[in-house]
Amino acid sequence: MSTLANILIDGIAYGMVLFVIAIGLSVTLGLMRFVNLSHGAFAMVGGYCAALLTREAQWSFWVAVPVAILATALLGAVLEVLVLRHLYRRKELDQVLFTIGLSFLLIAGTNALVGPQVQLIPLPSALAGSVDLGFRTLPAQRLLVIGAGLAVAAVAAWTVTRTRFGIWLRAAVDHAGTASALGIPIRTVQCASFAAGAALAGFGGILGAELMPLEPYYALKYLVLVLVVVAVGGMGSITGSLCAAVLLGVIETASKYLASDWGSLFFFLAMAALLAWRPDGLLKR
Amino acid sequence: MNTMTLLRARLQKPDASAPRCAPPSRAPLVALVIGLVACTLLPQHASLLTRVFITALLVLSLDLAVGVAGLATLGHAALFGVGAYAAGIFALKVMPDPLVGLGIGVAAGALLAFASGAFLLRYQGFTFLMLTVAVAQIVLSLAQKARDWTGGDDGLSGFTVRPLLGRFVFDLEGRVAALYALAVLVIALYLLRRLVDSPFGLAVRGIHENRARMAALGTPVYARLLVLYTVAGAVAGAAGALSAQTTAVVGLDSLSFALSAEALVMLILGGAGRLTGALVGATVFTLLHHTAASINPYHWLFVVGILLMLVVLVPPAKAWAWLRSRVGAGS
Repeated sequence: MSTLANILIDGIAYGMVLFVIAIGLSVTLGLMRFVNLSHGAFAMVGGYCAALLTREAQWSFWVAVPVAILATALLGAVLEVLVLRHLYRRKELDQVLFTIGLSFLLIAGTNALVGPQVQLIPLPSALAGSVDLGFRTLPAQRLLVIGAGLAVAAVAAWTVTRTRFGIWLRAAVDHAGTASALGIPIRTVQCASFAAGAALAGFGGILGAELMPLEPYYALKYLVLVLVVVAVGGMGSITGSLCAAVLLGVIETASKYLASDWGSLFFFLAMAALLAWRPDGLLKR
Repeated sequence: MNTMTLLRARLQKPDASAPRCAPPSRAPLVALVIGLVACTLLPQHASLLTRVFITALLVLSLDLAVGVAGLATLGHAALFGVGAYAAGIFALKVMPDPLVGLGIGVAAGALLAFASGAFLLRYQGFTFLMLTVAVAQIVLSLAQKARDWTGGDDGLSGFTVRPLLGRFVFDLEGRVAALYALAVLVIALYLLRRLVDSPFGLAVRGIHENRARMAALGTPVYARLLVLYTVAGAVAGAAGALSAQTTAVVGLDSLSFALSAEALVMLILGGAGRLTGALVGATVFTLLHHTAASINPYHWLFVVGILLMLVVLVPPAKAWAWLRSRVGAGS
């Protein structure tokens, strides 16, 4: 019983981290039709910034995290303005190759600047302890991760469906020419959504630092997992990504607890079965 | 008048009446000559050359799937690794003859490609890509788990290979291994060139260009693609078997995602869809890897990262056209 509860809590937390990283990719891939494989590298940059700011510069955790997220967003925006926007109209293969190359560059750069050892983000005392929920105690960090994941899901869904920015984004994606003729600032919208996706990836990297250790190869190691979440959830679908991330997170955690010598077999079996059942995403028929 | 003479002159030139595709034996012969020259000039680098030939064979098989049939896959290492493990286990448990082992590797690659293709080819685009990743990862997990057969993380080793055709011993310098790999590569290139230029190959290329139209013309799209994917699997299995036999060890990295991604990079680097591009890309990439990685593995990532970004920003075709126009203007 206690194992089951542990699996559920850890699995949901893991799924939430995957979701927060995946949602930015889901938006760029599904709404902007841009295959961005350097997304894992953005998560890594966010995590590294937070780790270095709290450990080396001795900043408070609560200041370092927003600054790290902003730095990732800035990196995303600069890259988008300088290079990536020229690739929007190119073939998918070109986009894949360019962004993989960018990931390699960021991995090599991270290793050259910081070194190959695993980075830890020291948690403030409020998060390092555990919380008594009445019926059982849980690590505060897990609760923060789950809460943050739900909050991100709610805010993202609300932004895309209800706000003016979301309408602009969808209009710019559906027909860029008409949208721009109607006075929608397409370039700003695209750049802002890309930067927001990068920022969320950075946030996910920070949240998941305990579950997915930060090291230079992080960018590629977890990229496959994030892509799986996006594919199973359906591109551009926020609720779909959330369901897929939590489901796959629980499966992966359960197989680690119960059948660790099978590796990631069950994760990928589940993914293949889900994709075969609903090729366009969990929630799309 | 002027146009007429020009036309006649052009018609009289033998090139004009020749078919647009090159004779199927030209590229294999060129590859054979270059390979033999490299083997004689650089006998001390025989093991590196062997790796170049084997990688070229793997990328050739990937070109069949990606370049000819348009099936973007990131799980090609599964076919390579299965061929390697099959040849290794066969040499260890049944008999160590290299040619029979090669046949076993080919059969294993073809079998996995047929079985997985029957499932994968029902899907297209991004879903297909992600499913190929899933299949490769499932095979990897199974190989990790089946420790008694594959040796797990330690890798499969301890098997020896009998002399080739009963006469040529696989020596430490690797001369025989290099020539063996080169021979298989050249034969495969010739057969694949025939296959791609055959009516079957034309149908597959048609499917790549316009799936709906080929279906409307009456081509059985699924069956054609399945056959092509199986052939690609056979060639990848041959590459895996060669790698197992020439290095006498099979590791889990022969099934890894990184190998699939690297093979794709090599293919794009050389140009997809023309078979010869696969050879060029594999050669350039492997040699670059060898030089850069011997300094520092992270430097290697730096080099390949910049290379990839450059290839996209300045596509090789464009660069070649620019060079040709410069050279043409100069002469």
